[in-house]
Amino acid sequence: MNHNPYRTEKIAFTILFFATVLVVLPVILIVLIIIQKGWSIISWEFLTAMPKMGMREGGIFPAILGTIYLVLGTLFFALPLGVLSAIYLTEYAKDNVLTRLVKLAIINLAGVPSVVYGLFGLGIFVMFLKFGASILAGSLTLAIMVLPIIITTSKEALDSVPKSFREVSLSLGASQWQTIRYSVLPHALPGILTGIILAISRAAGETAPILFTVAAFYLPKLPESIFDQVMALPYHLYVMSTQVPNVAENLRYGTALVLLVMVLSMNFLAIVVRSKFRKKKKW
Amino acid sequence: MPLKKIKEFCIEKTIYLSGITSIIFVVLIFVFLAREGFSLFKRVSVFDFLLGQDWYPISEPAKFGILPMILGSLAVTLGATLISVPLGIASAVYIAEVASPRIKEILKTGIEILAAIPSVVIGFIGMTTLVPFSKNALNLPTGLTAFSGSVTLAFMAIPTIVSIAEDALTAVPVKYKEAALALGATRWQSIRRVILPAASSGIMAAIMLGIGRVIGETMAVMMVTGNAAQIPQSLFVPVRTLTATIAAEMGETVQGSDHYFALFAIGIVLFIITFIINLIADWAVHRRFK
Repeated sequence: MNHNPYRTEKIAFTILFFATVLVVLPVILIVLIIIQKGWSIISWEFLTAMPKMGMREGGIFPAILGTIYLVLGTLFFALPLGVLSAIYLTEYAKDNVLTRLVKLAIINLAGVPSVVYGLFGLGIFVMFLKFGASILAGSLTLAIMVLPIIITTSKEALDSVPKSFREVSLSLGASQWQTIRYSVLPHALPGILTGIILAISRAAGETAPILFTVAAFYLPKLPESIFDQVMALPYHLYVMSTQVPNVAENLRYGTALVLLVMVLSMNFLAIVVRSKFRKKKKW
Repeated sequence: MPLKKIKEFCIEKTIYLSGITSIIFVVLIFVFLAREGFSLFKRVSVFDFLLGQDWYPISEPAKFGILPMILGSLAVTLGATLISVPLGIASAVYIAEVASPRIKEILKTGIEILAAIPSVVIGFIGMTTLVPFSKNALNLPTGLTAFSGSVTLAFMAIPTIVSIAEDALTAVPVKYKEAALALGATRWQSIRRVILPAASSGIMAAIMLGIGRVIGETMAVMMVTGNAAQIPQSLFVPVRTLTATIAAEMGETVQGSDHYFALFAIGIVLFIITFIINLIADWAVHRRFK
């Protein structure tokens, strides 16, 4: 058998290369198609006006605002809970069954399908606690969904702070909380921030968890309290592309573009924060 | 007790409570799914529910068989796995072992962008490009098929597979590779014979989590698979998945009706499936570090 390992290597690497291109190229195509077809409708009016004519004309302002409200609500609940939970795991938890269970629970929360979060939110917040379909119910549902993201990234950030930082602080007589507060958290902050931004981006883009907990099909007025329903960008895109006939193409692509820009700009922000942090790291 | 001590005590208790909320949430999710879902089983046996071939939730008498949806989910998942696993692992190997540092950063950013695109946007693009394309290219009566769903979902699973498999490959000690190279192996031989086997547990976890992502995905799959609750005979017919059934029908149910309970029961099935998949993935990851 004529066997040349270097030729095999060349063939193998070429195949690997094309597989990677096949993965990355569609990403570029998706983004380009959406920009190209959605760009024409983007205007001040599109971004700040109410939808008109059963969503076939006008803007998408209530959906944008609704998504912003939902993201803020999600952060309000998930941010403290997630970061504190990560602090517990890195600083307090002992290596025992409880800790193992907590870790398993986090992995499981990360794997629960988004539509099941929707069911859960409907069952507990909308029905059982009687919040109704509302910003409050939607935010709580999204908060539980993004919790694993915040915990995992924050934990990683806290873990990367060297042990000696803690030892020095403790040896100077600081209490454990003082040590965490002044010697650990400041160094982990950029990493935690990255996780929070990624969680925001996820919350802004999810549709299934808000389907039955907050999203309104068509609601051309702004919410007045946290017990009101809102429109949301991802649901609006879904509705316009499957439920409403005869919507102009650029209106749909325009909505997709706004959603994509919102989500991707947050991801880029996360990448920037992370790389700045990596460069600055002195230990 | 001085004020400071009390403050510290309160903070520690708060942290402790926050720490175990994840467990509480997992339990709560199950309890609230079960609270509604189990009501169905007073009228329909678990057996008829899981293996019944007819889903007529609002006819009289109603039938709640979810076998068509289980098979629909299975068909789409199988298709997506066949596409995403080879592509995902190949990309992970290329990114981790072959690409130069500059290219590596660009590729990783591309994968991160793919992971960030909301599923409804992927579904929308699948609907406007892949669906008409597959209809014409394959000469099908409709492009809304399990096949379209598989391709769309493959792209949603790929970021998960690539990033976790890449982590696993990078975690293989460099000395393994160096030893192989020192023995005269080519880079490909060292990847194929040394690094890949050493990373196999992590790659297994990557595949499991990718599959978990596919089974649980809702919006994209609902937009491209046609949602016909029939037992699929091939990949090129419309199917309906478990997730899409919940998302599409919950809005129309009456709270407290059997139909409403049945959708929660489907939620229990999904919860259990993903729970098992995550356990396997977690087991695979931990085996790696032993």
